[in-house]
Amino acid sequence: MDARDKFERNSGVCPACGHHRRIGADQYIALLADEGSWTPLDRGLRSVDALGFESYRERLNVAMKKAGREEAVRTGAATMDGEPVYLAVMDFRFMGGSMGSVVGEKIARLARRSREERTPLVIVSASGGARMQEGVLSLMQLAKTSVAIAQLREAGVPFVSVLTDPTTGGVSASFAFQGDVILAEPGAVIGFAGARVIKQTIGQDLPEGFQTAEFLLEHGMLDAVVPRGRLAATCAQVLRLLEGKPAPDVERAS
Amino acid sequence: MATAALDFEKPIAELERQIADLKRLASERSLDVAREIAPLEAKLAELREEIFRNLTPYQRVLVARDPRRPFALDYINALITDFVELHGDRLYRDDPAIVGGLGRLGSRSVVVIGQQRGRDIKENLKRNFGMAHPEGYRKALRLMQLAERFRLPVITLIDTPGAHPGLGAEERGQAEAIARNIETMAALKTPLVAVVIGEGGSGGALALGVGDRVLILENATYSVITPEGCAAILWRDSGQKERAAEALKLTAPDLLALGLVDEIVPEPPGGAHAEPAAAIEAVGAALERHLAELAGLPPEELLARRAEKYLRMGKFEEA
Repeated sequence: MDARDKFERNSGVCPACGHHRRIGADQYIALLADEGSWTPLDRGLRSVDALGFESYRERLNVAMKKAGREEAVRTGAATMDGEPVYLAVMDFRFMGGSMGSVVGEKIARLARRSREERTPLVIVSASGGARMQEGVLSLMQLAKTSVAIAQLREAGVPFVSVLTDPTTGGVSASFAFQGDVILAEPGAVIGFAGARVIKQTIGQDLPEGFQTAEFLLEHGMLDAVVPRGRLAATCAQVLRLLEGKPAPDVERAS
Repeated sequence: MATAALDFEKPIAELERQIADLKRLASERSLDVAREIAPLEAKLAELREEIFRNLTPYQRVLVARDPRRPFALDYINALITDFVELHGDRLYRDDPAIVGGLGRLGSRSVVVIGQQRGRDIKENLKRNFGMAHPEGYRKALRLMQLAERFRLPVITLIDTPGAHPGLGAEERGQAEAIARNIETMAALKTPLVAVVIGEGGSGGALALGVGDRVLILENATYSVITPEGCAAILWRDSGQKERAAEALKLTAPDLLALGLVDEIVPEPPGGAHAEPAAAIEAVGAALERHLAELAGLPPEELLARRAEKYLRMGKFEEA
């Protein structure tokens, strides 16, 4: 087996050094959802060029060829380690996981289902931020998704936010940091402003490990850094605890 | 205000200078020049109207950023009586890029929060060009929650290039601070009216901008990214800022047409800086009208309408 196969079999985590390579939404779904449990939702939503923004259509076509027609987030119902959840997974390959109207709508619909059916929400973020080709329409998706998350919080349904590489800009400044519990993958770059812009602004080099998951954990911005292979089990564990459900082995024993 | 006219305002400035010279000459020599001045003033009004009617999107960005425009504290000092400035986030420090406090608009007690820029280097160093750190957003959050507890309406005045991009800002959770403000405003049980008075810079602006009503001044702009930043990313050339400003649909009429703001507050001919008092008065009148409309709504109704308004935002197709 060559190195590439080993990476693949380990969901993009290097078996030798533990480095987490970026993987697509389909790979996350295969990893996180229990086998055969994934039911996709809202697959028919497509972006439109509402502003007549030059070359947006071409960029969308390229993105669809690269990452599939389902836009920068896939949403659905699943079980994770036996726990029923509504799961959203962003896809960085689709225009850098940027949030436009379709991403906002899919997240808002999923959060509403989660609230109405009192089934927890798990969102795996991977995004460079808002999609500038949709102008302020994309900025307002921060507000739209936040309205949906606020309603979920009010209803007392748990939301676990999982931050992967990278989670920056408008997504970090909305639902990604609104989880009841916020987890991140090792080494993931997480922040609001891009490191290049910060470097330009302050005119000095940034410290080693700046804006990594470990840096955020140290600064109190995350609940835990969790390796990819442990994400499903950790999300399920947190959800069972929040919902006052017994641990699975306790259930088996009784 | 002494700051220089923008390039496209030069004909206005030239005519203003001619009129001023003529008036000075007349008073020095006790001449009656009313007959000479009247047509010049008529021409000046026409010129202002014409130049500002035909501004390109990027020229509007320059107007929105112009230090001659009234700033948040100018609005507060002119419109809010009994103002008590409240400082600090109770966690780290007071951020002068955001000002806020209690006061009265007309007879109504309000909480007012605004992003404050500076007119000179010294003031800008203090105010950080209106770019807040997390503690600024957390001060704003604290004041919004104070307003909620005492059922006071909130007025926010938006005027920022964006949230501060820096080491400390990231260490202290800039993203978290903005995300928390947006979520809190989404569910705040008291009326909130936001006014974009200058530059509405992306997430840093939205962190004060989720409201029952969002108003924007005629020459103010609101954008997901600066035209310079957009051009640098898309075309690797920040010089293409005119092209980016055009594409981003960041002007007040564009935003109203897209349903992303609720009302445009007209500016005096020649822009808010030509007659600051008139611009401030227009904002005050609009605020009083909207707050009066919102005051009658029970909190549940207010929240339901606010949620509905934002949940509708977005343009997409569904197969």
